[in-house]
Order: sequence, then C-alpha cells, then structure tokens
Amino acid sequence: MDITVNILLTIATAATPLLIAAIGELVVERSGVLNLGVEGMMIMGAVGGFGAGYLTGSPWIGLLAAIAMGAVFSLLFAVMTLSLATNQVATGLSLTLLGLGLSGMMGTNFVGQPGERLPNLDIPGLTAIPVVGRLLFGQDPIFYISIALTAAVMWFLFKTRTGLTLRSIGDSHASAHALGIHVIRYRYLSVIFGGACAGLAGGHLSLVYTPQWVENMTAGRGWIALALVVFASWRPWRVLAGAYIFGAVWIGQLHAQAFGIPVPSQLLSSLPYLATVVVLVLISRNKRLTMMNTPASLGQPFVPDR
Amino acid sequence: MRLELVKRPQRSMLFSALSPFIAFVLTIIAGAIMFALLGVNPLTAFRIYFIEPISQVWQMHELAIKAAPLILIAVGLSVCYKANIWNIGAEGQFILGGIVGSIFPVLFPQFEGPLVLPLMLLFGMVGGAAYAAIPALLKTRFNTNEILTSLMLVYVAQLFLDWLVRGPWRDPQGHGFPQTIQFNDSAILPELLPESGRANWGFVFALVAAILIWILMSRMLKGFEVRVLGSSPRAGRFAGFGLNRMVFFAFLLSGALAGLAGISEVSGAIGQLQPVISPGYGFTAIIVAFLGRLNPLGIVAAGLVLALTYLGGEAVQSALGISDKVARVFQGMLLFFVLGCDTLIHYRIRLIGFAAPKLETVPKLEEAR
Repeated sequence: MDITVNILLTIATAATPLLIAAIGELVVERSGVLNLGVEGMMIMGAVGGFGAGYLTGSPWIGLLAAIAMGAVFSLLFAVMTLSLATNQVATGLSLTLLGLGLSGMMGTNFVGQPGERLPNLDIPGLTAIPVVGRLLFGQDPIFYISIALTAAVMWFLFKTRTGLTLRSIGDSHASAHALGIHVIRYRYLSVIFGGACAGLAGGHLSLVYTPQWVENMTAGRGWIALALVVFASWRPWRVLAGAYIFGAVWIGQLHAQAFGIPVPSQLLSSLPYLATVVVLVLISRNKRLTMMNTPASLGQPFVPDR
Repeated sequence: MRLELVKRPQRSMLFSALSPFIAFVLTIIAGAIMFALLGVNPLTAFRIYFIEPISQVWQMHELAIKAAPLILIAVGLSVCYKANIWNIGAEGQFILGGIVGSIFPVLFPQFEGPLVLPLMLLFGMVGGAAYAAIPALLKTRFNTNEILTSLMLVYVAQLFLDWLVRGPWRDPQGHGFPQTIQFNDSAILPELLPESGRANWGFVFALVAAILIWILMSRMLKGFEVRVLGSSPRAGRFAGFGLNRMVFFAFLLSGALAGLAGISEVSGAIGQLQPVISPGYGFTAIIVAFLGRLNPLGIVAAGLVLALTYLGGEAVQSALGISDKVARVFQGMLLFFVLGCDTLIHYRIRLIGFAAPKLETVPKLEEAR
C-alpha cells in the first residue's frame, strides 16, 4: 500500500510541471498565438527560481522569482510577435535557444550547490490519515497551485465573458478587431500569463522535483507540454489527464531503470519522447476533429489596420 | 507611446539588404551591455571574442571546420522554411547521418581503400534522409505537427547514439571509455591543406551544396514550386503542385544534407563516434538559415559568422573565465534581432504618443500612401 502511495506521489510530482506549462500555453494558443518558447521560458524559470532561493535562502522567494522570470522572458516574445509581427514559429524557437543559453550562463555558479526545497504541506491530523492523507494533504504547494490553476482556466475560458472574447480572438482576429476588441492587448496578457506558468513549471523542477541546478534540466518538458496542448485538443481537463499520463510514463521508465530490467536504459529514457510522437499521431490522424478544435488563427501574425 | 506598423506598398529592397547588418550591430550593442554586466571591459571581450580567434591561418581552418556543418544543414533547412515546412530536428538527422555513415569503419574496420569514404558519405546522407522521412511521413499520412515530432526525434537520436557507443559499438580496447574504435585512415575525410591547418573537405561540401541549392531555388522549376507552396499553398494547388510531395522533398533534402554534415564531422573533425558529436549544430543552423535570409549564398556568410561565435565562446571561456554558454546567448540574440529587423522590410514603424490626436494621424497616413 505504501509503495502505491509513493508511486502516485511521484507521478503527481512529475506531472505537475507538464500540467502547469501546458495550461499556460493552452491559454496562449486559445488567443491565437503559438509560442514555441515554452522550453526556454521554463528553463529560465528554473534557473531564476533556484538562484533566488539559493541566494536568499527562501524557496518561497525562489517561487516568486521563477514566475517573474518566465513572465519577463515571455515579454520578449510578445513584443516581437505582437508589436513587430514577426514569424511566431521562428521567434518562439529563438526564445528557446536564447533561454537555454542564458540560463546556462546565469547558472554557472549554481552548478553543484545545494538548493532550497519547498516544504510539503503538513496539516496536523489530516496529513496523517492513512493512504489518502498524504495524497490529498501532504504534497508540495505547487501541486495544489496546478490543480487550482486548471480549474480556474477552465472556468475563465468557458464560463466568463472575457474568456469567450479571448477564444473569439483565437478563432478570428479580424472579426474580433472589427468588433472593437483590443486583439493585441488580449494577446499580450495571454502570452505573459503563459510565460508566468512556464516559469512556475520551471521553478517546480528546481525547487521541488530536484532541488538543484543542472544545465538543460527541463530535458524537453517544454516541448512535451506543447504536444500536450495538441493532444488535449485545447481543452483544460484533457491537459490534466494528458499530463498525468505523461507523468506516469516518465516515472514508469525511471522505476523500470531502478529495477534493472534487461532493457537498455537509453531506450527507457527515450520512452517519454516516443510516447509523445505516438500520441500526436493518434490524435491528429482524425483530421476533422483536429480542424474543429484548433484555434483558427493560431500562429498567424495580426497587424491591426484602421 | 505606442508602436504602430504601417504596411509598405512593396517590400523594401534597402532594408532587405541592411537588416542582417542592423541586427549584427544591435547584437554587438547588447553584447557590450552583457559583458559590462559581467564586469568585463566590453572592448577587451570583443577583441578576444571576435578578432583573436581568426587572427592566424590555422584559426581560419578551425573556423571552416565549425562553419561547414552549419552551412550544410542551414541550406537544407532554408528550402524547408521557404516552403513553410518546419523541420527543427536537424540535430537528430545530423546524429543519424553520423551513425549510419560510421557503419563501415566501425563494423568492418578491415575494409579499406578509395571506396570507403564515398560509401560512408552516401550512407550518412541516407541515414539523415531516412530519419527525416519519419516526421514527413507522419505529417503527410496522419497530419501530425512536424515541429513537435521532428524535435522529439532529436532526443531519441541522442539516446540511441549514447547507447551505441556505450554498448554494442564500444571499442573493446578503449579502457571502458564510451567511444568506438578510431577510424582507419581510408575512413578519414582528408584535410584540404594539411600544412597550414585542420580544415577538411566538409567545407568544400558545404560550398558546393550552397551553390547547388542556390541554382535549384533560383533557376529551376522545383525552386519555384517551393516558393509558391510556401507563400500560398492554395495557389500552389491550382498550379498542380502537390503539398505532400513537397513535404517529402523538403524533409528528405534537408535530412540528407544534415546527415552529410554529420558523417563529415565524425569522419573529419572527430575520427570516431562519441556520446556527443555535435555542440548543437542542428539548432544553430536554424539561426544561420534565418540570418542568411533563407538564401544559400547569404547562408555561407551567416555560417561563418555563427562559427565565429562558437570559437569566440571558447576563447572568452579560457581567457576570461566566462561560461562558453555566452556563444549560445550571442546566437539567440542575433536571431531575435534579425527577425525583428525583418519587420522593417514589410512595414514602416511609427511611434505614436498618447497625446497625439487621432484625426491628425489619419491624413498623414493617406499622404504617405
């Protein structure tokens, strides 16, 4: 029983960064912007979170720094693609490349240093309940944020007027503009929200998952988050499900390596990436379904005319 | 203050030519600020970064060694991007080219003679192209996003190479080091001018590839097809150009060139397989492609510039103790500024103050037209 609980806990820990980054990107894409810089924003969040936590000794300040780092970094993408109407694919890629380089440079002195870890929730009485206690009341704070975030985004997108406006911009920026909606302003806010989420996801890696700084520690999670959004056909609750499936794959291959089953460890390590490809194929082979759900103006630059 | 873009009636030739240079100047300025923040005199840093690495003849050879894979990969990618097809997995195709091309020297080390190298290069190209065919097939058959699949396959390729050199292909006499045997002499790409430096035939391959792709894109129907399908797929369909065939063409071509770059690097600069055979050439080549304006001849120049950022990164690391990640930062900034400056080709940028009454700006705009 204890082993099951432990495995479930590690799956949640592996799924949380994927979930947060993907939920952020989902909002961005729903507004019609394709930001391929998730990996870059995430690694900047990771280095910023670790650095602030390490220098101040407080993981909570680290957490805030991670969010701020992701948001500020995404602003770069926003200015380029929204104000200067650059190609979103190329700009997103350069954001990732820049983030990987910049984080490596900023983190030079952090390599090998012990980091600060965010403490797990501990409510006297409740956390001690067998089995469910630790699952419900004993996880790290970012886990609870991720669940609340998913619910909030679900409510915002589908139950509020502003959310409806945001989705309409993603489906037709020209019509939204003609109705007097400030397309660029909405998109700025969405991109910054996505950046803050990616930063938080990175902060989870360096403040909870493995409280240390390792170069390229995101290891493609930003890209997997992007795939999750497609997999979920732009629906928050499916992102939640997808993130936990991928978390399970990630943890499963780690456990398989630890048990020493007679398969090369490299093959096991490549499973999350292969699973991403397989899942993308399964989802996108249904052309009608994909066409129906994809925000229609996704990835297209918009220059308001008068 | 607000930025506003005003569409130009036609693309500006002036900014089309100037924008890479403006981008370069902006990168230098941002780089100076960065070095100053790191507590290094920017002038000293720039001398070490940009001038010292190319002040002697043997160093020019090193520049050519770094530029060759960048140019080879980037000219292939330029065809993809012109056609609006996003292959960003060139790093994986590079690795597969290196692996498949190494089959002969690793598994049949006693096979020698003049046939070995051509076969290796051919296998390298086939390996890269075959690996690139996977995202192309998934895109055409299942409508799968090629950006994500081609990128995921990079991680798989890296792990596959890691497994090979630690497992079945490890040199049994290598004292347990994760590497294959040293290639025999006939499997080594010859040096161009052995008396003055290490540069090998890979650089010649790169120049030839750039010229061939330039001819393809500007003088042949296929190049026209690429451009039409890239700028207007609908018009391309009316002209009878097949989008699916184009996806395969672009992926196989860029994959083959990345594979050629991979095997040239392995048999030229390294001489054996190791767990890591590329300092991110496949990703840096994306920057090279854009900095060279997706034009093969521009890419040759851009490849040399980006190769210099690698050498400069190593130089400041050893001279000033700054992380060689500084190279990646320079590369990323350069791409950012290039993309930003490209906006000037199609748009005029106007700054509008909050106080400016709207009525006044409208007639001005009419005048401008």
